[in-house]
Parts: sequence; C-alpha cells; structure tokens
Amino acid sequence: MISFAALVSRDLHIATRAGGSVLLAISFFAATTALFPLGIGINPSFLFRMAAGVVWVAAVFACLLSLDRLFEADYEDGSLDLLALGPLSLEGVALAKIVSHWLTSGLPLTLVSPLLALLFRLPQAASVALAISLLVGTPAVSAIGAIGAALTISVRRGGLILPLIVLPLLTPVVIFGTGAVLATLDGMSNGALPLLAAFSLASVLLAPFATAAALRLHLAA
Amino acid sequence: MAALGGLRGEKLALQRGHHPLFRDLSFEVSAGEVLLVEGPNGAGKTSLLRLIAGFLKPRAGSVALRTAGGLVLSEVEEWSPYIGWLGHQDGIKPQLTPHETLRFFARFHRGADVEQALNRLGLQRFRDLPVQYLSAGQKKRVALARLTLANRALWLMDEPMSMLDFAGRALVAELIVQHCRDGGMVVAATHEPLGIPGRHLSLAPL
Repeated sequence: MISFAALVSRDLHIATRAGGSVLLAISFFAATTALFPLGIGINPSFLFRMAAGVVWVAAVFACLLSLDRLFEADYEDGSLDLLALGPLSLEGVALAKIVSHWLTSGLPLTLVSPLLALLFRLPQAASVALAISLLVGTPAVSAIGAIGAALTISVRRGGLILPLIVLPLLTPVVIFGTGAVLATLDGMSNGALPLLAAFSLASVLLAPFATAAALRLHLAA
Repeated sequence: MAALGGLRGEKLALQRGHHPLFRDLSFEVSAGEVLLVEGPNGAGKTSLLRLIAGFLKPRAGSVALRTAGGLVLSEVEEWSPYIGWLGHQDGIKPQLTPHETLRFFARFHRGADVEQALNRLGLQRFRDLPVQYLSAGQKKRVALARLTLANRALWLMDEPMSMLDFAGRALVAELIVQHCRDGGMVVAATHEPLGIPGRHLSLAPL
C-alpha cells in the first residue's frame, strides 16, 4: 500500500511539473468544447441537446492525449525494469498508473465541466448530471486506455495507433455518459448512469490484469 | 537484506529472434562473491543479466537462486525480492531532483535511509537540482545510490563503471566490495577490468 501510494504520488509530481500533462488536457478540453457553440450557432434548444455528446467526446480525446506516454516513458528510460523488480506486482503497478492517469485527466476535466456547461446554456440539473457522468465514466477511459498504452509501448509513433485500439472499446462510455445527461434533460430515468458505473467498475477491476500481461510481453522483448 | 546462499546457471542457451547468443553456459556464484561477465559488444552480456533477473526465458537450461537457508527458488516470481538492478538505462526521471528520486524509491521499497545514500555517493551538493541539469556521471551516481537503497542481496550491474570519473570508479569498486563483505552477491557485465577480485565468465559470440 505504501509502495502503491509512492508510485501514484511520483507520477502526480511529474505530471504537475512544468510541461506536465494536466494543464494540456484541461486546455485542450476547454478549447475544443468552446468551439462547438461557435460552429453550431446559438439556438438554445439545439445547443443543450448537443452539449453532453460534445463534452463527452472532447473529454475522451483529452484523456487520450497523455495516454501514449503512460508506460512508454517508463519503458524507454528503464524505469519499468525497476518497477517490475519492486515490491508491487505488475498488476499493482498498472493500477497505480491508471489511478494517477485519472487523477491528472478525468478528475480535473470533471471539475471544469460545469464551466463549459454554461457555454451550452445547460440547465443546472443537467450540468450536475454531466459532471456526475464524467466522474463515474472517466475511470473507464483511463483503465481501458492503459491496456492500449501497454500494448503500444514499443511501437514508434504509437500515439497514432493507440486511439484506433482504444476508441472502439470506449463507445459504451460515451453512449451511457451522454444518455445519463439526456435523461435528466427529458426529466426521466433510463438507467444509463448505473450502466456507466458498472462498465467503469468492471474496467478498473479487469484492466490491470490485461495491462500487466501486455507489460510482461515488453519486458521479455 | 534477505540473505542469499548462491546463484547457479546450468547449461543455459538464449536466442534473440533467430539469432543464438550463447549455449551451454554454466556458472556459479556464492554469497560474498563477484561474477564478472566479460565479452565484446553483442556477446549477450545484457541479455544474460535480463535472464538472471527473470525478464527473459532461456531456450534451454535453468537458473536457480539459493537462499541462505538452503531453499532453492526456481520460480521467477520468488526471485525479484532479492534482485537489485542497475541497468544500462538509468530509469531516472529528468524532472525530479536526486533527492526526490531517491525518496520515491525509498518509499516504494518501504524504508531505507535516503540521506545516507546521498552522502555515500557524494550527491549532497546537487541534491535539489533537477536531474536534467546533471552530467551523465552524476546521473550514474544517482542510479548507484538507488541501488544501495533497495537493500537487495543480488546486484545485477550492467557496465557499472561507464560514465564515471576516476573517483567514481573507485567508489563503485568500494561499494561492490562492501556489498560482498555484507554477504551479498554481484553479477557485473563489463568489457573493461573492474579492479575487483572475482570469478570470470567470458562470453564469445557464436
């Protein structure tokens, strides 16, 4: 547990240093989302039905930005060898990486999402639903993304292949996440949020095993 | 430090892709001894270290680690708590300072004295300077400090002397001798003499 916390805090430390990934993810997220109302026009009824979908897609892309370096940096500089020989299992290392990635991508994006919801004139209840859906759903993005990141470690320009592997697997997250907000807008319940939570939980529990298996392949290469 | 009795490799063969690196390689090291793996570039020195660390699987033969109590460990998962790794790549993050690097590693390995390691390797003067501003030799000293922190019995060292100045080389030799005196073992891959008594293992390209 101490080793786990040490690894998470080291990665947070690096991500928040100058040139770190947190500010980049937030700015990318805000900039893309802000462009949509400009392109679509200001018809409010149209805008706020688009809001959830736009914010969710932008959030997924923003999370993917820092994903390709998740294991690649540790692989290239030899840290992965040291982590593999450490007291944590590789599954534990993978989970720590998923947690720190979420803390530096999914969580900050969730926190700024109410501001972006204002751009779409989203009613307050829907804005809260959007933030909750991001809070619940983005861990799945980090978890499934970690599998892709581990698989593409040694691929040159793996950053281009990674989205092709990961995005299809993330369609349920976008569908349920958007669905949860639309349900609030329509004043009814469609069970999207519980499904999103279940998907997210299953991803976070299972992804470390798949990720560790992919890392072992690279250590033996 | 959990003590070890010995390390034995028997009739090892290793292949990288379709290219055989070595075959019929046997060696033995006991507690307190150094094994110097020598050979030209491409002879498989680094691969042998990765094999002992359990990252690579031999094509034939076996490696076994014996604890001080006489227990034979043949599963890779049981070994890793004994292995201290000094790889060719240093595994040091350029954004972190030597002190932060070692503090992380000490916490990761639960315990160990960071200040003592900084002193021992002469790192106090630039402890708070991000590693990206340090020279290659200074980085090597950080990596060596990290190795002493992990408090592992079997040190696997890939070119431990490279990048280091005269004083640094003397320090590495001293660290190795001290580690062996404490009952540890060292397997060092090198193509230059280390100036330390030990067993020799020569790898020749096939």
